Amino acid sequence: MASMSDSRPPKAERQPTDWTTAAMQRRIAARYRGERNFRRLGAAALVIAAGFLAFLLFTIVRDGASGFLRTEARIDVTFDATTLGVDPAAIAGPNGKAVLARADYPGLLLKAAEQLGPAEGTLSDAAWLDLRAALLADPSLLGKRATLWVPVRSQIDLLAKGKYDLAAPADSRGVSDREVANWRWLDSRGLLRTGFNSAFLTGADSTEPELAGIGGAALGSLLTVLVTIAIAFPLGVLSAVWLEEFAPRGRIADIIELSINNLAAVPSIIFGLLGLAFFLNFAGMPRSAPLVGGITLALMIMPVIVIASRVAIKAVPPSIRDAALGIGASPIQVVFHHVLPLALPGIMTGTIIGVARALGETAPLLLIGMRAFVTDVPQGFTQPATVLPMQVFLWSDDVQRGFVEKTSAAIIVLLVVLIAMNSLAIYLRNRFERRW
Amino acid sequence: MNTAAGSPVPKMTARNVNVFYGQKQAIKDVSIDVSREHVTAFIGPSGCGKSTFLRCLNRMNDTVDGARVEGRIELDGQDIYASVMDVVQLRARVGMVFQKPNPFPKSIYENVAYGPRLHGLARSRADMDEIVESALRRAGLWDEVKDRLGESGTAMSGGQQQRLCIARAIAVDPEVILMDEPCSALDPIATARIEELIDELRGRYAIVIVTHNMQQAARVSQKTAFFHLGTLVEYDDTSAIFTNPKATRTKDYITGRYG
Repeated sequence: MASMSDSRPPKAERQPTDWTTAAMQRRIAARYRGERNFRRLGAAALVIAAGFLAFLLFTIVRDGASGFLRTEARIDVTFDATTLGVDPAAIAGPNGKAVLARADYPGLLLKAAEQLGPAEGTLSDAAWLDLRAALLADPSLLGKRATLWVPVRSQIDLLAKGKYDLAAPADSRGVSDREVANWRWLDSRGLLRTGFNSAFLTGADSTEPELAGIGGAALGSLLTVLVTIAIAFPLGVLSAVWLEEFAPRGRIADIIELSINNLAAVPSIIFGLLGLAFFLNFAGMPRSAPLVGGITLALMIMPVIVIASRVAIKAVPPSIRDAALGIGASPIQVVFHHVLPLALPGIMTGTIIGVARALGETAPLLLIGMRAFVTDVPQGFTQPATVLPMQVFLWSDDVQRGFVEKTSAAIIVLLVVLIAMNSLAIYLRNRFERRW
Repeated sequence: MNTAAGSPVPKMTARNVNVFYGQKQAIKDVSIDVSREHVTAFIGPSGCGKSTFLRCLNRMNDTVDGARVEGRIELDGQDIYASVMDVVQLRARVGMVFQKPNPFPKSIYENVAYGPRLHGLARSRADMDEIVESALRRAGLWDEVKDRLGESGTAMSGGQQQRLCIARAIAVDPEVILMDEPCSALDPIATARIEELIDELRGRYAIVIVTHNMQQAARVSQKTAFFHLGTLVEYDDTSAIFTNPKATRTKDYITGRYG
C-alpha cells in the first residue's frame, strides 16, 4: 500500500462499512432473491425433463402392455384320422412321429372351425400349429375329441382388448361390421379368453400380428452383441493400455488420441456404410448375419471403450505403478497385476454403456441387411437375423393395426434389457469402486 | 572432487553422472560412493536433484519420458546401465521406499508377499509365511499386524503403511534400500519410529535416504551428501558436514541461510 500511496494523491480516510444501510439491505435481499429464483429454475427444468420421461414411459406402457396378451378361442377338435389323411397303422410304425407331423392339420382346423358358425373365419391362419403341437405331445388323442384354445385373428384380438371405438362410424373405426358381429357372437357364447402371450416372447417375426414374436429378434440381438463384445472389449482395452502405459508421448500419440475422440462422434450410419462396403462387398461375408452386424457395431463402440478405459487407467495412482516397479515388476506385470484390476470397474462400466448403445442401434444394421423379414429364430452367427430395435422399426412401419401394440411391447422389452444393463453398470461401479 | 574419503569397499559407485530431462540438465557430474556399513543421507534444497539422483540408482528414471542418464553407476562393480543388466533384477537388488506410503490396495500379507512371489523366492506356502513374517518383524510391524494379516494395507495409519512399504521392500532381500523422503508425509511419532527402524536396518542393507530435514539427516546417517543446483557440493561424514563444513554453500545451507 505504501508504494501505491506514493504515486496517488492521498485519499480521505474510508468510513467503516455500515452493514445496516438500506442499500446494503437491498443488496442482500436481491442476492437471496437471485438464489431462490435460480433454484426454482433448476427445479422447473428437472420437472419438465421428468415429465417428458414419464410421458414417454406412460405412452409406451399404455400402448404396449396389451401386446403381451393374446386372445384365444375355444374349439372342440376331433382328431379324426381320415380328416388328417393319415393311416393309423403307419402311426403305430417306426416313423409314427414323422407321419403325424406331416398330417393335414389345416384341413382339420377348417373342419373344427365350422362349429363357430358365422364366426368360422375368425381363427388365425396358423392356429393349425396348435392342433399339431397338441397331437404330437399326446399321440393317444388320435380318434378322440379334445378342447383346445387357439389364437384368433388380430382384428378379433383387438376387439376383445377393447382397442376399437365401436361408437365411431363404421368407415372410420378401422374394423368392419362383420368382424364386430363375429366378435360379439364369440364373446356372448363365452368362447374367448385373453391371456399371457408366451409366443410373443419366444417366437419370431410374422406377417400376422397375433403370431409375431420378439424372441427371434432378441436372440439376434444376443448373438450380435456377443460378437461385438468379443471383438470390441479386448481390442478397446488393449488399445487403451498401450496408449496409456506404453505409447511414446508426442505428435503421433496426439494424432491417435484425436482420431479416437473423433471416431466416437462419427454418425453410426457411416459405420454401416463401411460394413456394407468392406465386410459384405469386399470380404464377401453373409448378408443380414449377426457376425457382420456384430463386427460393424464393434467398430462403432470401440472408441467408447478406449476412452472409458483410458480414463479408468489414468485414475490408477502413479504411486501404485512406482511401488510395483520398485520391487522389480516388469511393465507388463505392473499392468496385469495392478493397473488393470484397479481400472476394471471403470472399464466394465464403459464397456456396458458401449454395449447398451450397440444394443439400441439400428442405422448401421439397416445397411448390412439386418432389416430382413426373418420368420425363424436365428440358428447361428452366419444365419439371417434381425435385432430388437430393428424389429421395433419394422413393426412401426407395418400398416396392420395389430402391430401398434406389438411395437410398443417390443420397445418395453428393449427398454427392460437396456435398463438392466445400465443397472449392472452402476452396480459394478459402486461395488468395486476403490478409494485411495 | 574427492569422493568418499576412507570408505571401505563401496556397494554402489557413481562416476561423472549427468542426468537430462529433455534439454534441461538436472544432475551435473556427480561422483559418489555408497557403502554397506553406513546410512547415507542426501540433503539439499528443493529441486537440487537429490531425488533425481536417487532414482538413477535403481533406474526408476527409465519410466520418465525424455530422461537421459550419462556416466557410470556400478553395483558391486557391475554397470547398472549396461545392456546386459536386467532392470527387473536390479530393482529387486536395489529396493525403494517412496515419499508417500503406497501400499497396494490388497491385504497386508499380499503386500509383503508380492515381491517374493514375483521373483519366485518362496518354495512353499510355509516358506512364504516365513518370509512375510520375518520381513514384517524386521520392519517392526509384526506385533501390530500379526492378527490381521488379511486386512487391507490401505486401512492402516500412515506410519504403519510406510513401515509396510519398508517390509515389502526388504521381503525380496535387497542389498541396497533407497528411501525418498520416507517421513515427509508422517507425523513426528511415526517419523521417530521409522528413524529407529532405519537404525536397526543399518549394516544389513546399504541405505540411502533423501531428506529435507537436516535434523533427520544428522540423527540417522553416518555419511551426508549435500546437493545444490544439480551438483554434489560436499560429501563427508555426517558429523563433519554438520560441525565443520568445508564449502561455504554447505555452511550457509545447514545454518539456515537458504533452502
